[in-house]
Amino acid sequence: MSAQTEESAPQPTGIVERLVRDDVSRKRFLKMAGATGASSFGAFVLAACGSSSSSSSTATTAATTTSASTSASGDISILNYALTLEYLETEFYEKVIQAGLFTGKVGSLVKTFGAQEASHVAAIKAAVEKLGGTPAAQPTGKFPITSASQVAELAYTVENLGASAYLGQAAAIQSPEVLASALAIHSVEARHAATLGTLVKKSVTPTGAFAVPADMSTVLAAVKPFLA
Amino acid sequence: MSDTDLNIHAAAPGDLAEVEVRGLTRSSFILRGALAAGALYGAGAVAPFVSQALAAGGGGDAEILNFALTLEYLESDFYNVKGRQVGLSGQAKSYAKLFGEEEAEHVTALTAAIKQLGGTPVAKPTFVFPVTDEKGFLTLASILENTGVGAYNGAAPSITSKAVLGSAGSIVQIEARHAAAIDLLIGKSPTPNEGFDVPLTKEQVLAKAGPLIKA
Repeated sequence: MSAQTEESAPQPTGIVERLVRDDVSRKRFLKMAGATGASSFGAFVLAACGSSSSSSSTATTAATTTSASTSASGDISILNYALTLEYLETEFYEKVIQAGLFTGKVGSLVKTFGAQEASHVAAIKAAVEKLGGTPAAQPTGKFPITSASQVAELAYTVENLGASAYLGQAAAIQSPEVLASALAIHSVEARHAATLGTLVKKSVTPTGAFAVPADMSTVLAAVKPFLA
Repeated sequence: MSDTDLNIHAAAPGDLAEVEVRGLTRSSFILRGALAAGALYGAGAVAPFVSQALAAGGGGDAEILNFALTLEYLESDFYNVKGRQVGLSGQAKSYAKLFGEEEAEHVTALTAAIKQLGGTPVAKPTFVFPVTDEKGFLTLASILENTGVGAYNGAAPSITSKAVLGSAGSIVQIEARHAAAIDLLIGKSPTPNEGFDVPLTKEQVLAKAGPLIKA
């Protein structure tokens, strides 16, 4: 399970990786993540940040453990992490469309991408349920939306982050089917990022010939400002 | 990149021992059986390349990477050689230069990765690209990049090494970015498969790329 951090650039060890690498804590983390029931994204992060003490599961003790196997529960927690990001991306595009900042071809692209993120939400929810897990609840986002250029820049950042998030989890996924699904979405996020790159006149390949994975704690920290 | 990203930087001495075992993995055994039955590969025109890739050895992951290497050689030649023969200008020329550099880096990385796995990298094939102008070039670029995405996504779940999977994922993301950029340039949707890119079988990939491989 430490594979997810082996792929990333050297950086301070986050709470999540330390949890995940410690096998005892890891099993407790996965159990909690898989059993989050209707808990919010905040509770998901709480569970992830909880130490090995049992009092850390305050937000989740009421939820019953799912009957999912240990290997499925690992994939469930990764899928729920992805689901949370997809919920945020979907809401972001919805707000952008509502603001009416883009017209013509760009407006059409924004609508298309928003619909695709929504399809990711639906697919991942179904995947979690199929594995016997409970999908993470939809978080409430808050996004600064002031001008077309500011929004396009934010979208470029968000899509690049999403692509690196999926890449960061690929090695940790256990089911080949879940991996295939994650890869199918990963490359679409990359397409979104490249497209936004052309709009904001930034590189379509900002990290050069090789994409760089981002680990869970890095991504969670990066999206925290967008949680209401 | 960390030291454990062994397919891009030097591998630790213990990795070769792991490779010998990997050559006998169940997935590799099944793959060889399927190939022997001719189930996966198509036209005879690419058969020499296929035998070459198989003879390279190194087990399942090395075979997969050799298939990827062939595609990267193809894309690199396409941008760097054909791209200079065809008259390109503006954004098309910029992309051909940038993407050509990146595909060449993929060739270098995959070659090193295959060697680290104890395999023999395939020799660079000879390609022929039936395009004569910028329009034709970009149309084929779109086909090649989108096929590349499908090829990596199709092969990745069969990869046994997590490090190799990470490398493949790192490369496929770039192919997807290339594909989107080219598609936008020629007025096509940057997401031709909508929300979910479609994984391709080796047969499907060879149907697109095979005709371009001459030797």
